[in-house]
Amino acid sequence: MDPVSIYIFGIPAYTLLWVITLISLFFFVKRAYKIVRILKKARPESRFDNFSSRIMNFVKFVLGQQKLFNEKAIGLPHFLFFWGFVFYATSFWWNLIRGLFPFLPIPYADEVPVVGTILEISGVLVLLSIIIAVSRRLFFRPEHLQKSFDAGIILSLIAILMITLILGQGFKNTQEATVWSPVGAQVASFFGAMEHSKAVSLYNLMWWIHIVSVLFFLAYIPYSKHLHLLTSPVNVFLLNEDIPQSLDIKNAPEEITQGSSQWNEFTWKQIFQTLTCAECGRCDRVCPALNSGYKLSPRSILHEMKINLYDTAFKNIDAEKADKQLIGDYISEEELWQCTTCMACMERCAVLNEHLTSIIQMRRYLVGQGNIEATVQDMLQKMTRYGNSFGQSERNRAKWTAGLDFKIKDARKEEVEYLWITGDYAAFDVRVMNLTQATARIFNCAGLDFGILYEAEKNSGNDVRRIGEEGLFEFLKDKNTQILEKTKFRYIVTTDPHTYNTIKNEYHLNNADRTNGNAIKVFHYTEVIDQLIKNSKLKINKFLNQTATYHDPCYLGRYNGIYEPPRSILKTIGVKVVEMPRNRNQSYCCGAGGGRIWMEDKTQIKERPSESRIKEAVALKDVSTFVVACPKDIAMFTDAIKTTGQEEKLVVKDIAELVWESVATV
Amino acid sequence: MNIVVLLKMVPDVVEELKIGDDFKSLDSDWLRYILSESDEHALEQAIILKEKYGGTITAVAPEAPEVDDALYSALAKGADRVVKIKGEWDIYRAPGLAFVFTRFIEINNLLGEHTLILSGSQAIDDLEGELVYYLAERLGLPGCCVVTSVQYNSDGNSITLLKEFSAGLRGEFEVSLPAVIGIQAAENPPRYIPIAKIRSIMKTQKIEEIEIPLEGVPPGIAIEKLFEPVGLERAEFLEGNPEEVSRRLVEIFSEKGII
Amino acid sequence: MANGIIIYIEHLKGIISDISFEILGAARKIADDTGMTLYAVLAGKTVDSLLPGLGKADLVITIEDDSLEMPNPEAIADILNDVGSAKGITLFMVGGTNVSSGIGAILSSKQKIPLINLCKNVRHENGCILATNQLFGGKIFSEIKIEDSKGVFCIYPGSYKSEAGKSDKFPQTEKFDYKPKVSKIKFNKIIEPDLSDVDISKEDILVSVGRGIGNKDNISLAEELVAVLGGAVSASRPVIDQGWLPLNRQVGKSGMIVKPKLYLALGISGAPEHVEGMKDSSLIVAINKDPAAPIFNFAHYGLCADIEDIVPVLTESIRNKKG
Repeated sequence: MDPVSIYIFGIPAYTLLWVITLISLFFFVKRAYKIVRILKKARPESRFDNFSSRIMNFVKFVLGQQKLFNEKAIGLPHFLFFWGFVFYATSFWWNLIRGLFPFLPIPYADEVPVVGTILEISGVLVLLSIIIAVSRRLFFRPEHLQKSFDAGIILSLIAILMITLILGQGFKNTQEATVWSPVGAQVASFFGAMEHSKAVSLYNLMWWIHIVSVLFFLAYIPYSKHLHLLTSPVNVFLLNEDIPQSLDIKNAPEEITQGSSQWNEFTWKQIFQTLTCAECGRCDRVCPALNSGYKLSPRSILHEMKINLYDTAFKNIDAEKADKQLIGDYISEEELWQCTTCMACMERCAVLNEHLTSIIQMRRYLVGQGNIEATVQDMLQKMTRYGNSFGQSERNRAKWTAGLDFKIKDARKEEVEYLWITGDYAAFDVRVMNLTQATARIFNCAGLDFGILYEAEKNSGNDVRRIGEEGLFEFLKDKNTQILEKTKFRYIVTTDPHTYNTIKNEYHLNNADRTNGNAIKVFHYTEVIDQLIKNSKLKINKFLNQTATYHDPCYLGRYNGIYEPPRSILKTIGVKVVEMPRNRNQSYCCGAGGGRIWMEDKTQIKERPSESRIKEAVALKDVSTFVVACPKDIAMFTDAIKTTGQEEKLVVKDIAELVWESVATV
Repeated sequence: MNIVVLLKMVPDVVEELKIGDDFKSLDSDWLRYILSESDEHALEQAIILKEKYGGTITAVAPEAPEVDDALYSALAKGADRVVKIKGEWDIYRAPGLAFVFTRFIEINNLLGEHTLILSGSQAIDDLEGELVYYLAERLGLPGCCVVTSVQYNSDGNSITLLKEFSAGLRGEFEVSLPAVIGIQAAENPPRYIPIAKIRSIMKTQKIEEIEIPLEGVPPGIAIEKLFEPVGLERAEFLEGNPEEVSRRLVEIFSEKGII
Repeated sequence: MANGIIIYIEHLKGIISDISFEILGAARKIADDTGMTLYAVLAGKTVDSLLPGLGKADLVITIEDDSLEMPNPEAIADILNDVGSAKGITLFMVGGTNVSSGIGAILSSKQKIPLINLCKNVRHENGCILATNQLFGGKIFSEIKIEDSKGVFCIYPGSYKSEAGKSDKFPQTEKFDYKPKVSKIKFNKIIEPDLSDVDISKEDILVSVGRGIGNKDNISLAEELVAVLGGAVSASRPVIDQGWLPLNRQVGKSGMIVKPKLYLALGISGAPEHVEGMKDSSLIVAINKDPAAPIFNFAHYGLCADIEDIVPVLTESIRNKKG
């Protein structure tokens, strides 16, 4: 029963196998070569450092399929698909090599007892999974999962593979039954007695259909969306863990900061990742912009980049100019500006794509063209001139301290342990100033040695950078760094999570004489307050006995993993936290990030992200307080409560406000 | 079609203005300078015209704190040449500046048949009136201020412009070139230039610096004193939370028969 | 003291501008204090219909010529220069309006006398003419003293009550001979504001928004307020320049002059150019975050608050009141 020892059309079968294999490999290699050429023509960036953590990611996200399990219905089926695929691929190559080199003294994979058993059983399971996958597409299609021709082909192919395998085992079993072939035995019993030659030729037929299908699959994969089968494991390996917390692109040429408007202006990784998208729609399902009725879909950003790549680089790699422009004909400016940079898409992505870096690359290009809406332009001008988005005199930055009955140390003049960087909203927005005062009172009450920079502090540039104004970010960063280098302090504490993110991840502050060359520790005020409580520096005088819900700010939670300190504080001061369905890393953005707070809604939308969030909170039982830990959240959610008419049911409170309430003795 | 844009820095009123010890000038410790708003519009209008009709733009400004930023920004926006006139300019107002700009234009031979000279319509410190008319008188050219739109006419020898009057009325005028025009507002708000572009301009291009002899320049009229507008009738301030204040306003509106 | 003072009577489309009466009143006072003669120069295509009401002047000097149909600063300055030379007078007062802009500067160049711009208050004291000017958007005032009665004073519109310059008396007149020069500025046409949707100068209530409203979205707060309060939404220049509201909504120097029963200024700082357009409103209420905003010098009631906090509550209160 050796399927290659026969003659087909008078030709020795193994010769035929050679021919088919070479044709298949030819198409595969041709495409792979083209892709590599394209990647080499894109801009460089470094993605091969930290080898060990890359391996760890590979184990976690490829072998362990960790991200897949955050959507329950598909988690296990995909896990089985994946491992089934690995197993089948291995046995396929084994069989192919045995077929190409018939003189090798090894059996076919399915002839090895345990292997054959596993192949058979998993074959059945895969068939069942296919039924689930097909019915998911046909009957229970989740939003944003695209029905495609490609998916149809691939599912049919897999079905053919499994059916031919199982039938083949069945035909074999009609002749000699073994305990290692339980499924084959079942199928054989269905066929009943069969002539030896008929069974052999049917078995051979199945074998050939199977192997030719796989070889067809091999040639077809790199031309289809199922390229992700091959590219996504590589993509996981290429992950830089500090993206998008930091938008620095390692070892990329200077021009990268001028943005990208065509394929060869992106880095090779940004190009490569478009080929790894499985179009599963996870990112779309969590995107606050898309779900509010905006046009932006993170999936289609990568998809359109890929289509553009097909239309340009794949057609003519050397063409200077394309007839159709990536920004304009494939992706609209509008979509690019709708991103709140909340990172939900990246958090969800099963293949660890970095949607944000591509969006910001294109924003950088638009900024370079001066193509920015008037309100943002106005803000950038104010930021350039006054160092804050409010367009106020720098001298007013510490005006909020006027209401305090103690003086906050001037960190420019005396050494402090904690240097407090408040950010613009905490210092200038009249709605937030009293909360900043509350934080100051808490620090003061706990005896924390802290100070501020008074008018020397400038906006940290986090949002400016995410708008794509890289030059202004560098300018602000330089100005802040200059003053920070002259200031004596041990730690930095921030009020604004956005400020927190950029100083922690993008400023790369270290000062040899202060911390032995280690990076300076940056804390969010909730972390500091939590520590002050835990170290009994801050005495709680009153339990608030309230029930509240807590909103994780994107730049604190998803970006930097700070989930527990705020919750622990609330628990200590007697606030019972009832979680919203979307909490921690699945928290839903307020809509202010990435510069959105300065942009206008030009088109009619369903509801703002902040409104959706308020409705989510209102639906909770007994919750009347919506606790936040970000000054921009105060502004966004206070508005949303008004626009949704929930003033009676819900109030927004900053965590500092509640802490002060429980600390203050009077 | 050559355009000369005359720029000037003025005190930034976002910052607190303090009167100096002499009570005749502003305390320089508290001052920051910013390009006069209508000059910013004049520059924008020049760029718009250059984009539409071609030509070259020369931007010139007297030396002042932060003037370099304004001039580099002008280069980044599309000016071909930027010039800083060295010197201390505090005491010179529009008549003096008109003298200096006239000398500058003469020395550099900038006045061609089709030259358009643009500047801001009025600045917040124009105690002696508008530069544009003084300059027009000195150069013997037609001058017009409060302009919000400029188009070249097809003959190439004249421009059509819109001047604002009051009550929403505007007048359309035809002015033969060369001319001195004071821009109130450009057709589009002044554009934003990314910092990176300005920084790279700073590295690759230079601000020309020249000195103009000051003999014969009319000094400004003497200020007796400066003072802050205190003691004026001030509004009666309403205090309280939004609800209380709103209630009070509704009462006032009712009393006055408005609602 | 010199023997007289010459003022220019500005008019447009057959109507004498308010500024002319403001100047008439101010100059009358100086003339009375010093014993000077007050000459008013009235130039136009035909000016007879404008003469009644100018009785505060001692003598109205009229010039009629077809070329004077539109107020051309060059020509007016020329005329004032000629009249001044003829009468031996070097003291002038003109309006600091858009229409009159340039007259002062050109006249000052021709006469070689100083121009004092942005005058809020011109008066006679101890043989000198004193002027108070508003600089830096009204944030700082200056005082200028002229000892030799030589100068052109540009009066900032809205500095005086125009009533003081009005009179039922028909003035004495004198014709002045003027030879028009060829001008390089040709008048084409007047463009009327588009008032098809609203004429804010005719509304009893205006809710006016300025730079301080922050962003375009907040205009809807004003619109909602207007929906319950009545009237219309107007704006100051920056809002119009941003393209957030159409040109016909602009209040101020270049926009409309309004005198509603209620002018509610939201986030308007009160630059002189704006105040010029709304100062005569019966009731002015200003809401602004900045307690130092000059608008509070003109408002009857002030509120130091954030627009976003106060306006929705106010809208609600009015809705409740109206039932």
